[in-house]
Amino acid sequence: MARKHKTKANGVAGASIVVVGAGVVGSLVARELTRYEGEVRIVEREPDVGWGVTKANSAIVHAGFHERPGTCSARFCVEGNAVFADVCRDLEVPFGRTGAYVLALAEGERAVLEELRGRGEELGVPGLALLDGGEVRKRLPDVNPEVVAALWAPSVGITEPWALAVAAAENAVANGAILHVGEEVTGLTVHGGRVRAVRTDQATYDVDAVVNAAGLAADRIAALAGITVPGLTPRRGEYLLLVDVPPSLREAVLFPVPTAHSKGILVVPTVDGGLLLGPTAADLPPTQREATETTVEGLAFALNGARRLVPDLPVGKVVKVFAGLRPEPADGDFWLGETDIRGFYQAAGMRSPGLTAAPAIARWLAGEIAADLGLAPRPSFSPLRLALPRAADLPPAEWNALIARDPRYGRIVCRCNRVTEGEIAAAIGRGARTVDGVKFRTRAGFGRCQGGTCTDRILALLARETGRDPEEVPVQGPGSALVVGRVR
Amino acid sequence: MRTHRVDVLVVGGGAAGMAAAASAAREGAKTLLVEEGSRLGGVLDQCIHPGFGLHRYREELTGPEFAHRLREDLRGADVWTGQSLLEVEPGRPRARTVGAAGLVEIAAKAVVWAAGARERPLGALRVPGTRPAGIFVAGLAQRLVNIHGLLPGRRALVVGSGDIGLIMARRLHLEGVEVTGVVEIRPYPGGLLRNVVQCLDDFGIPLLLSHTVVEVHGRGRLSGVTLAEVDGSGIPRPETGRFVEVDTLIISVGLVPEVEGIPFAPRDPATGGLAASTRLQTPVPWLFAAGNCLAPFDLVDTVATLGERAGTAAARYARRGLSPAPTVALGRGPGVAVLVPSFLVPGEEVTLYLRASLPLAQARVTVGPDGFGRVVRGVRPAEMIEVRLSPEETKALARSRNVTVEVTTLR
Ligand SMILES: Cc1cc2nc3c(=O)[nH]c(=O)nc-3n(C[C@H](O)[C@H](O)[C@H](O)COP(=O)(O)OP(=O)(O)OC[C@H]3O[C@@H](n4cnc5c(N)ncnc54)[C@H](O)[C@@H]3O)c2cc1C
Ligand SMILES: Cc1cc2nc3c(=O)[nH]c(=O)nc-3n(C[C@H](O)[C@H](O)[C@H](O)COP(=O)(O)OP(=O)(O)OC[C@H]3O[C@@H](n4cnc5c(N)ncnc54)[C@H](O)[C@@H]3O)c2cc1C
Repeated sequence: MARKHKTKANGVAGASIVVVGAGVVGSLVARELTRYEGEVRIVEREPDVGWGVTKANSAIVHAGFHERPGTCSARFCVEGNAVFADVCRDLEVPFGRTGAYVLALAEGERAVLEELRGRGEELGVPGLALLDGGEVRKRLPDVNPEVVAALWAPSVGITEPWALAVAAAENAVANGAILHVGEEVTGLTVHGGRVRAVRTDQATYDVDAVVNAAGLAADRIAALAGITVPGLTPRRGEYLLLVDVPPSLREAVLFPVPTAHSKGILVVPTVDGGLLLGPTAADLPPTQREATETTVEGLAFALNGARRLVPDLPVGKVVKVFAGLRPEPADGDFWLGETDIRGFYQAAGMRSPGLTAAPAIARWLAGEIAADLGLAPRPSFSPLRLALPRAADLPPAEWNALIARDPRYGRIVCRCNRVTEGEIAAAIGRGARTVDGVKFRTRAGFGRCQGGTCTDRILALLARETGRDPEEVPVQGPGSALVVGRVR
Repeated sequence: MRTHRVDVLVVGGGAAGMAAAASAAREGAKTLLVEEGSRLGGVLDQCIHPGFGLHRYREELTGPEFAHRLREDLRGADVWTGQSLLEVEPGRPRARTVGAAGLVEIAAKAVVWAAGARERPLGALRVPGTRPAGIFVAGLAQRLVNIHGLLPGRRALVVGSGDIGLIMARRLHLEGVEVTGVVEIRPYPGGLLRNVVQCLDDFGIPLLLSHTVVEVHGRGRLSGVTLAEVDGSGIPRPETGRFVEVDTLIISVGLVPEVEGIPFAPRDPATGGLAASTRLQTPVPWLFAAGNCLAPFDLVDTVATLGERAGTAAARYARRGLSPAPTVALGRGPGVAVLVPSFLVPGEEVTLYLRASLPLAQARVTVGPDGFGRVVRGVRPAEMIEVRLSPEETKALARSRNVTVEVTTLR
């Protein structure tokens, strides 16, 4: 695991730390670092938080039974799962402990379930149980009737990964961290075996420590520090997203038995009433770090795989297809902790279950850094963050009170997900500058019509609230304007 | 929460809702219309092209002009704009709404659902590739151009040759956007022939039949798409693929009835629209339906007519003047893609609205076991066929449990 240097830096008062990357990992690490004295900067090259690997994955809080005992993945997955609900409660992020079933569809697959259970129990995964086919069919009337057995894992949950990244970054900022979005780390100054400064396309920051949480670019950041890492393979996972599916299909996460290569094609309920089918697992050439396009073959594979678990999926409810890239480390495990370069720490190689592991890794890593730098706890730290109000989910009296304070909370902009103008304005107030930024923070445009009804109003609100012309409002990053000019 | 009592609640202020509210009020019912948008009109508001009202007013009006006429008739009804319907209770005609003045519960005696339809997004087609900016459903592009005065792009391709796609191709061309073509997966256009001529041919915009988009390219902003020809069953032939450089993709691949606020109301399995009788009454007796939430209609005139009928029936129901009547289910037989209504009341005159599955030079529409028939020329899926049955004809269908409607070719 971590190569630890026993000697500590001599209690740098007001140490400066830069976290590279504001995905779920970097944001949580930054938040944990604000528990201690010092200056924490988060530098993110995208215009918003959580737009890397964190944006496109299965969003499952895994139990841990898929992991090999003795690995960092196993340890932090189990630990992460144990603290996930608490972190989500403190940060007001959606979390649902749905539980999961691993389905054996042939007699030969029973043995795999036994093995997973054995592994899980060794790791301390709570509540695992083997169920026979009859019991599974009773609990899940929609699954493939050929199911012969299942492993039930009650500790599995689902969350909203980008919401967790945004929440953690907001909480970090509330505790004094400085968030730089749209700023790219371009170099590191290393001197005498110690990292001294971080160079970006906009500034140079003197540092006592750097945390490499750069997701798919983590090997490049490591190279900037002059260290060699085992190499990252982008492993693409393609998905289909369904909305408004019947509750019977959204009971729990469904897995097939895993292969040596991946956990297989899953059927996963989302926290907002949808259903994900996927992911595929295709290894791409190492240079293809942005290849998040879907393919004919991948989508067909995902759909067929999901149909093996649930034969009658309401395919007419598909509203979106997308893909994410796993940063698959060549050595098969996370890269965590301090490196041969003093002050250069990693929370990288974040393959699945990196999302699950993130809160536990963050807690552990911040503790390591604080100990190494001799940082004192900061008494004013507050772990609590308030989410944007989700007006339509409030009890009527509270929603009315909100409207009485600000009538914009009574005006629905996104009909599908019932997002009000008040929420959109608040999201902009908290830093959303793009159409996707509003979408990921509020779910406006994320529903059955995929923004066909509300995108023009969101654009108008973004332009008005940020004092820009509509032509200047991007959907994603620079060069992604939604409209290009005025009619003649 | 404040409770507001009315006889008839109308949900949606498009053509259907406005016509329904006006006629319910004319019947003497205390009527409330709620519309989410800041003004009435629904899709009419953004349709600045002419082509509305030829049947109803015998004049060619623009969408906003047509909406204006309907609005004039609305005097007797209360109208709340900026008010969204959240949900209707399953067991009784009570609804929750919200607006800038807060939540209001509406206690009604009858409800007319007229929430229109939404456009199918590109994702529903499962087209592979990237997801850059520059992909718009046609209605969104239409609002950006006609309402906000904003240009969605410089070089566009339209997917889907229904009327909306055709009209947007012309609209964008007139605004100086280079429209490289309209692609249609079927071997015939989806829209009215007059729109193919007036929107494409007159401006030299190519129509590519039996073609579809097989891949989307570009990061940040759209850089182009790959088009391919499809075989007889609509499957793309990869060897025909070619790249077209565009920064804008306009998607017009169908409308989906908006019925999510009333999950308990039975739907037509083909369209997902509300199932209703010739009185526009659903199997939930106090719930009536009108407009595109039944099935997408081509002509606003039809929508308005059905709206009026729904409003009248709802008002009568509210004052207990609509006597319950047995209904006979209407089923889609071979050759029929869309059929409204889903039930008929024997002994009452009815107009059936149906869409054929295929174009046919000459066809016979057959209704029921005894085969009341009508011969129709030039059947095209783009144009709804209207078949009127007399009270005597519907009465004769009373004994059948299920009546099937078929469209067969005549040679
Ligand atoms: C298909 C798929 C399915 C998955 N399913 C699950 C699951 O169900 N459960 C689970 O636990 N895990 C899952 N994972 C793994 C999980 O999503 C990742 O481990 C996690 O999101 C990684 O977060 P991160 O913060 O490390 O990376 P990222 O979110 O990629 O964050 C890194 C950030 O660094 C930024 N960055 C990069 N270079 C620079 C630079 N030079 N300067 C500034 N910023 C930079 C990037 O823009 C990015 O925002 C899945 C992953 C994939 C792809
Ligand atoms: C681009 C285009 C071109 C057309 N061209 C022609 C033409 O040339 N000639 C012609 O005759 N017809 C044309 N039509 C067809 C015709 O205009 C439509 O069929 C008709 O206007 C539909 O009316 P509607 O009331 O059913 O639906 P809509 O106009 O969609 O109205 C539904 C209303 O309900 C509201 N609503 C929905 N949900 C809620 C809720 N929960 N709470 C409150 N309000 C809600 C919506 O905001 C909307 O205003 C065209 C249609 C389109 C889209």
